Amino acid sequence: METIQSTTAERGRPAAVTAEGYGWRHAGRKDPAVSDVSFRIEPGERVLLLGASGAGKSTLLHAIAGVLGDDGEGDEAGRLTVDGMHPVQSRGRTGLVLQDPESQVVMARVGDEVAFGAENMALPRDEIWSRVRESLADVGLEVPLDHPTTALSGGQKQRLALASVLAMRPGVLLLDEPTANLDPDGVLEVRDAVVGVLERTGATLIVVEHRVAVWADVVDRVIVLAASGGVLADGPPAEVLNAAGTRERLIEAGVWVPGYTPRLHTSLPTGGGNGSDGGHGTPGADLLRAADLSVARTRRAGPVVNKVSLELAAGEALSVTGPNGAGKSTLALTLAGLLTPAGGRLEAAPELRRGAPGTVHKWKSAELVTRIGTVFQEPEHQFLTHRVIDELEFGPRRVARLPEDEVRRRVDAIAERLRLTKLLQANPFTLSGGEKRRLSVATMLATSPDILVLDEPTFGQDANTWAELVSLLGGLIADGHCVVSVTHDADFTAALGGNVLRVADGTAQLQAPVASGRAA
Amino acid sequence: MSLDIMTPRLTASPFTRANPLSKLAAVAMVTVVVMLSVDWVSAGVVLAAELLLMPVLGISAWALFKRGWPLVVAALVGAYGTALLAEKTGAVVFEAGPLLFTEDSINSGVAIGLRSLAVALPGIFLLLTTDPTDLADALAQKLKLPHRFVLGALAGLRLVGLLVDEWRTLGLARRARGVGAENKPLAKFAAFLGQAFGLIVQAIRRATRLAVAMEARGFGGSQRTWARESTFSRVDIWVFLGGALVSAAAVTAAVSAGTWNFIFG
Repeated sequence: METIQSTTAERGRPAAVTAEGYGWRHAGRKDPAVSDVSFRIEPGERVLLLGASGAGKSTLLHAIAGVLGDDGEGDEAGRLTVDGMHPVQSRGRTGLVLQDPESQVVMARVGDEVAFGAENMALPRDEIWSRVRESLADVGLEVPLDHPTTALSGGQKQRLALASVLAMRPGVLLLDEPTANLDPDGVLEVRDAVVGVLERTGATLIVVEHRVAVWADVVDRVIVLAASGGVLADGPPAEVLNAAGTRERLIEAGVWVPGYTPRLHTSLPTGGGNGSDGGHGTPGADLLRAADLSVARTRRAGPVVNKVSLELAAGEALSVTGPNGAGKSTLALTLAGLLTPAGGRLEAAPELRRGAPGTVHKWKSAELVTRIGTVFQEPEHQFLTHRVIDELEFGPRRVARLPEDEVRRRVDAIAERLRLTKLLQANPFTLSGGEKRRLSVATMLATSPDILVLDEPTFGQDANTWAELVSLLGGLIADGHCVVSVTHDADFTAALGGNVLRVADGTAQLQAPVASGRAA
Repeated sequence: MSLDIMTPRLTASPFTRANPLSKLAAVAMVTVVVMLSVDWVSAGVVLAAELLLMPVLGISAWALFKRGWPLVVAALVGAYGTALLAEKTGAVVFEAGPLLFTEDSINSGVAIGLRSLAVALPGIFLLLTTDPTDLADALAQKLKLPHRFVLGALAGLRLVGLLVDEWRTLGLARRARGVGAENKPLAKFAAFLGQAFGLIVQAIRRATRLAVAMEARGFGGSQRTWARESTFSRVDIWVFLGGALVSAAAVTAAVSAGTWNFIFG
């Protein structure tokens, strides 16, 4: 019993993290994910870890948590220690919170989930439950211990993940983009919980996040990893984020530096050669009309949003906003013809119908993909083949059954426009996050739909991909396409302009149009 | 909206509070007895006991029917098929063209139908009254199964619920690409295979991430304590005795009625 007591006291102490020429190469990869990184993080320091996508931030964080795996899974170089020990030996001294709230919940109930880490540390039962209550109070999660974990919101799930690692009393908190999948309220909720925890425990913090503004006031040190290996910059936030040299390079790397709005490319005339695919080109023409529409995910689940009335016209943008779980995606998928309306009417106008029936959800594949395209939040859900080129050709050739020269012409133009030309032979699943997003939009554009529906297109994207996406969609709108986006991103809504439909409490309210081009 | 297999709304009865292991033992006893003989008396006694015990177990007939109706259909089909194909001995009861039922063939059919229901019901009772977390605790603490295996299986079970949602989303996402609306059976089958492959990819991703999260929280060490203690109480004695009693009554009744028909005999 005595040994447990003494280790308990020790585990609460803030830990130091030291890297000396550290590197890691995943087994089977040519280039190391992390190389030549050196720093010393003192106990209690709060560090923001930055770098371009692919610079190895997550890998480094996993290495510090001791979960990269053993010799079989990669090669280690240099030294990495937590309080002088190898990270694998000091698991429990480090507490890792991951990006995806869904896939880090182990147990079915809140109390059991928080207890899981303490159980693994073989603590006595009374100690476990006192820590469970303490940790839940620390993150402000006031639900009964037997509350089902599936019934929590995204922000609550991330606070639960935080409480779960706190129950192990870690000396270092490692947060891997903990707020990337959350709505704006969830982001603040989790950030504030972390700040409260740090004030009470004094633990060391290392957080990876490319939305710098969220953490800039919380951290006292910023370390920037260079894409080519090594540390690009290391110092207080004000210094690193404002120094001419590093600021430029961070912006170039797609980091969301505070006070900088990504520069949009001037709306490119995108019509080039696209005139023959027909349909869009008459801005203002009615495309789709919803009257008293009710939407439901499944017939058994029942409607989540009722009495939606709206019109979608060519050359128009509509942003669907509102809290998580309000039914925004369900509404968007219904407008996209993928879900059967639970009530009311959804009718395609003659301009969109072009010979197809008026009831959108009854369209055949070929009718749907040439009229309405839907880009899902997770690009991988929509990948069907093993090569980028096959993905792009799938719609025009196999579904719309266009003549071969037309398929070629379209695919070439779209690959060029979305900078996929060099990746045509690559496997879609191996692309970076930004590349996957570009490809998923490109596959939809290949059949030239009049309406493009996007679900959270900017979630977790870096500033470069964001700017590209906004420019592209702006171009589509100028071309006479209608763009419907489900989004939490106020900058995105402002940049695209158009109407805002706010979904909350089972209804949808159309709000005043926002000024276009604020971010330009 | 997702499948609630991890925190089922359990019925409030003493049976729910019993340790999953004693329930498992009772279910095993009853099931083995029914399996050992193909006769309608032993199966009938077990089935009657099961139905009579339902109020005690806190199981409503409606909840049971909602989950179990495919089994009733299967049992009826099985009974009909057996009666139609079993050896045609005894008096003819019904004959129309190729359809011929005799007393003995009908007896066999009834036995098969009752038997399949009697075997299936205890399993459903167990599902309706047992929390998966309790079962895992009992298996690891009382039966001393390796905790890595038990907790791994429990975490995996939770992913199944997520994958049901994922399957639905994948279907919509692929329909948006133009897959799966063709009415040709071959194209439908190919689309199904593709979607299944997509689901496997996503399942592996999620499982990998979950494994990392579990490992980061110290899972996999040799030592471990349990926040929830799995205990036996007086209820467990009753559950165990109940199982034994039903089994014994079934054998006794069948043997004294002369219908006991040992499958290995």
